[in-house]
Parts: sequence; C-alpha cells; structure tokens
Amino acid sequence: MSMSMRKKRAIGGLVTYLMVIAAYLVCQYLLATGGMTRSLRGQLVPICVWVVMAVSLNLVVGVSGELSLGHAGFMSVGAFSGIVASGWMLGAFQLENEVVRLLLSMIVGGVFAGIAGVLIGIPVLRLRGDYLAIVTLAFGEIIRNVINCLYISIDQGRLHFAFNDSNIPGELLVSGPKGGVGIDTIATFGMGFTLILFTLFVVQNLVNSRSGRAIMATRDSRIAAESVGINITKYKMMAFVTSAVLAGMAGALYGLNFSTVAASKFKFDTSILVLVFVVLGGIGSIRGSIIAATLLTILPEVLRAFSDYRMLVYAVVLIVVMLATNSPFLSVRLQRVKALLRRRNTNPGKEGEAA
Amino acid sequence: MTQQHKRQSDTKMVPVPSHSIVPERDVDKRPVLETRHLGVEFGGLKAVEDFNLTIGQTEIAGLIGPNGAGKTTVFNLLTKVYQPTTGVVILDGKDTAGMNAVQANKLGIARTFQNIRLFGNMTVEENVRIGLHNQVKYGMFSGIFRLPAYWKQEKKQHEKALELLSIFDMQGMAQYRAGSLPYGAQRRLEIVRALATHPKLLLLDEPAAGMNPHETEELMENIIKIRDRFQIAVMLIEHDMNLVMGICEGICVLNYGRIIAKGTASEIQQNPTVIEAYLGKRKEGRA
Ligand SMILES: Nc1ncnc2c1ncn2[C@@H]1O[C@H](COP(=O)(O)OP(=O)(O)OP(=O)(O)O)[C@@H](O)[C@H]1O
Ligand SMILES: [Mg+2]
Repeated sequence: MSMSMRKKRAIGGLVTYLMVIAAYLVCQYLLATGGMTRSLRGQLVPICVWVVMAVSLNLVVGVSGELSLGHAGFMSVGAFSGIVASGWMLGAFQLENEVVRLLLSMIVGGVFAGIAGVLIGIPVLRLRGDYLAIVTLAFGEIIRNVINCLYISIDQGRLHFAFNDSNIPGELLVSGPKGGVGIDTIATFGMGFTLILFTLFVVQNLVNSRSGRAIMATRDSRIAAESVGINITKYKMMAFVTSAVLAGMAGALYGLNFSTVAASKFKFDTSILVLVFVVLGGIGSIRGSIIAATLLTILPEVLRAFSDYRMLVYAVVLIVVMLATNSPFLSVRLQRVKALLRRRNTNPGKEGEAA
Repeated sequence: MTQQHKRQSDTKMVPVPSHSIVPERDVDKRPVLETRHLGVEFGGLKAVEDFNLTIGQTEIAGLIGPNGAGKTTVFNLLTKVYQPTTGVVILDGKDTAGMNAVQANKLGIARTFQNIRLFGNMTVEENVRIGLHNQVKYGMFSGIFRLPAYWKQEKKQHEKALELLSIFDMQGMAQYRAGSLPYGAQRRLEIVRALATHPKLLLLDEPAAGMNPHETEELMENIIKIRDRFQIAVMLIEHDMNLVMGICEGICVLNYGRIIAKGTASEIQQNPTVIEAYLGKRKEGRA
C-alpha cells in the first residue's frame, strides 16, 4: 500500500527544513574556506529575502487561491518602516546590539506591512473575483509614489516627518526619491536563514491546521466551504495578512542590508518577479518556491561571466528549473496553472449558478 | 429589513394553502423548517414560486419533480446560497431573512450537492475535519505554534471524523485522496461532511445519483439510521422513485417552480396531476 497522504506531507515538510539547513551549512563551509566569490557572498542575504518573499506569496496564490500583484508593496512598507525603526532605536535608545536591533526592526516591518494588509484586505476580500489582483497592483504603485515623496529624519532621539520637503532637522533616514540613506547595514546571513526557518514554520504549520484547512477549503470550493459554516472573508484575510507580515519582515531585512535603498526597488516588476518564482516553483509547492527563488537570484550573478550568452542560458535554465521542480507531474501542474488562469478569465459568478 | 418584516406580516394574513404533512410524532413539536410563500426570480424567470412547506423535527421528506422544476433552487434558497425575492424561511423557529450561507449552517442546516463539491485534493478525513470546523475549534496561533489546544483538538477532530465515517463504514478510506474515491463513496463522504456540522436539518441533493441498486439499498437504510441516531430531519431530492417512495414520510412535488402536490407516498402515486406532470414531461423528452 502507498503511504498515507498525511505521512507523505509530514515527511515533505521535514525534507524542506533539511534542505534549507543543508544549504545553509554548505554556504557556511564555503564562507569559512573562502570558496565563495565576492559577488555571491553579497547575494546571500538577498537570496534569503527572495525565498521568504516567494514562500509568503505562495501562501496567498497557492494556498488561498487569490492573485496578488503587489507583494513588493508589502516588502517596501517593511523595508522603510524597518529602516526608520532601526535608526530610531539607535538614535533614541542607543541600542547598539545589532542582532536585537535587527530583530526588532524586522518585527516592526512585519507589523506595519500586516496593518497595510488588513487595510487592503478588509474592503477587497469581501468581494468575489479578481479585485485583489487589481487593488494590490494599485497599492504597490501608490506606496512607491508615497515613499518617493517622504522625508523622515531623526534629531536628538525624535523622529520628524515631512512630505515633499527635505528641510527637516537632524539626520535624514529616508530622503524622498533617494529612499533610505545612511543605513546602518546590520542584516546578516544568519538572520536571513532564521527568517526562512520561521517562515517555513509559520506557513507549514498553518497549512496543516484547522485554519489552514479552512483556507484551502475556500480556495477549492467557495460554496462547499460556506455550506459547512466557514467564513470565507476571515480565512482569506488570515492568509493574506500572514503573507503580508512575512513579506514585511523580509523587506526590513532587505532594507537593512544596503547603505541606500530607493523606493523604485519595489516596483511592479519586483512583484511580478516574485510571482514568477512561485509559478516556476509550482503553485502551492513551498519547496519549489524556495528552489526557484534561490536559483533565479543566483543565476544573473553567475552568468555575468558569459555575458554574451547570458539571456540564452538564462532561458534554458528557466526551462530546466521548471522541469526539475515540476516533474514527474509536469503535465498535472501545467493543467493546474491553466485551470487557475482559466478560472481567472471566466465570470466569477459562475460557481453560484451551478450550485 | 423593514421590507422583510412587511413581507412576513403580509404572509400572516393569507392562510397557507396546504395541509400539514408533518408525521404524527412531530406534530406537537416546533417544526425544524417552515417556508411561507417562498420564491425567487432570475431576470424575470420565476424559478420557484409560492413554496410553502413544513418539515417535522425527525421527518424524512422528499422533494421530487421533473428536470428543471426548481428543486435544487429550493435547496439553494433554504441554505441561503440565493436570497429569496419573496417569502420567508424559518429554521428551527428563527427567521433567516438577511442571513448568509454560513449563518444558515450555524443555525442547523447542512447539505450535499447535486454535482459533488468535495475538496478533492484533500484526504477523506480532512474533508470531514473541514465539516467539523465549527464543532471542534482552536485558533490560528494555537495551530501555528502547536499550543496544547492544537494537540487536544486535533485528536478530538480525528476521533470524531473516524466516528462519523464509520456510519458508512468508511474509516478504512480516511487517508485516501477524496477525489480518487469512486462516485458512490464521494456521495457518502459529502453526507458525512454535512453531518459533521451537527445539523438539525440535512438536505441531500440526489444522493443516489450514480449509485448501483445495491448501493442505493444501503443508502436508504443509512438515511434512516442517520435520522434515528442523530434525531434530525432529512429532506432529499431524488429521481429514484423506489428510494423516495421507500423512505420518505412526506413528499412534495414541484413542477415549473410550483408545488403541484403534497402527501404520503401512496397519495402522491395516485395523484393525477403528478402522473400527468411526469408523463407529459416524458413525452416531451422523447419528441
Ligand atoms: N442562478 C441562476 N440563474 C438563472 N437561472 C437559474 C439559476 N439557478 C437556477 N436557474 C433556473 O431555474 C430552473 C430550475 O433549476 P434547478 O436547478 O433548481 O432544477 P432542478 O429541479 O434541480 O432540476 P434537475 O432535476 O435537473 O436537477 C432552471 O430553469 C434553471 O435554469
Ligand atoms: Mg437539481
């Protein structure tokens, strides 16, 4: 007899943890022996960030079955609130301990992104259909434009805010189009790795719980879920806000990894890039998201050597990634993507008629 | 809201034109379901009109009628998938005006679907656990951080799910993918999932469709068993007349969205309007 689905899933979850831990140990070994190029070393934190972004987006797209096109918006909210929080903790409380400051900044980033998620989710997730895609897309663009005009400074432990006006007292933390400036780069690979583990813990445990089953029920059949008393909006919100919080934490880590971060880093293309990770890794497959995000982040760096053939090799690797993460169920997965796309294109009221 | 109240007071002035078909043992108890002048229109088409029905607390009732008569639409009205354009639905003594499907389920109505709507990629047990959503609860944080509530309630869900599956002798299939079950088993699983929500009234939309005669026979026994064990009412839509005449105490016949007859099995079988509706329909079908 084949193994029960529950056991298979438990083992699958464990394999994902082990894969991440093994990758971390290999990286640590390469770092210690000097076997890692400088450019790759610079990619370690971003890789962690994109992995968390992809896994958290998968919670919305794969697990709750909603299309979000503004995931970079939550990352942006997390990044800038994290940068400000870090600057403030240093300026106002002389909090020198970098690990504690990084951790607290990431929590602040997560909370702010979560609040943004609630504010967007409340009006939109009550509606049926593709409104979430449209509204999240708009949100991503709005937040980018707002931060482009935003000036925040710290002066004697107090924060000052201004809009379209750089004449504020003290040292600038966020400077309009330049974005975050003079950032104390406290992000570490270790914290990135920890954030991945935390994300896996949250997403995998959520999926394998009462709430997770309710979320998946709302995805698979809205009508059936309602017929057994599941509040659709509540569980769609749960997935959406959890995903936003994780993206905000990743954003804070990303923001604190560079000395300057402009809001234009988090534009629409970035949201699409994360969606590409999710789709290539297999919608709903957490391990696939991790692999796709990692490979597609390293790839452009590695391929710099063959700059002439870069795009060609990139395309080939894209196809290989897709085959590797989707086989041997390639056809099944493709059908699922197709079904998803088809569902998005047809009238959302249709399910109601067929009840 | 005020409109709903007005409708209700309107309906009180007009006597409901039917004799009650509630079985004797339920007569002095409050009916589990009562509808008055229930109707719905879809862009001018009156899919259901002036639907009046009373179901006793432990009754097994049948809803029959030719294809397209509006039977499934009645279920959708009772479960609040559709909001009625006229009339009221009173569930266990409470007016359901303005409620949604989730609230109706919490009030005690559960259903199966004519075109099966299982969570096909999940296991049989998970499907039942989803049915237990509001019966065995714990919060999101207990789930993520695996707090004691998680372990306790997951165990309880597991035990309850297996107990419910045992009604149809399906415990052995608990870990199978729901979508991989044979058709008949999927229909039974839908019944179990609905039962898991602890309903007072269970609606079954063509439960025997796609079942072989042996399975149908078993289903009939099991529906009676469910009624006796849980002391609930069952209302079923079915084209298999042996099943309907065999187990339904009260039968309601629908044609073109209107009730054309109500009564016991023998009354219905002899009713000339019913015979005509069915024969007329059959002739049309052949032409
Ligand atoms: N959402 C809707 N919009 C428009 N028309 C509808 C809708 N739902 C049902 N109808 C119409 O209402 C009528 C009754 O349909 P219903 O599905 O209730 O029939 P039924 O008695 O269940 O038939 P069957 O035995 O084939 O299942 C049909 O003419 C159908 O087209
Ligand atoms: Mg029907």
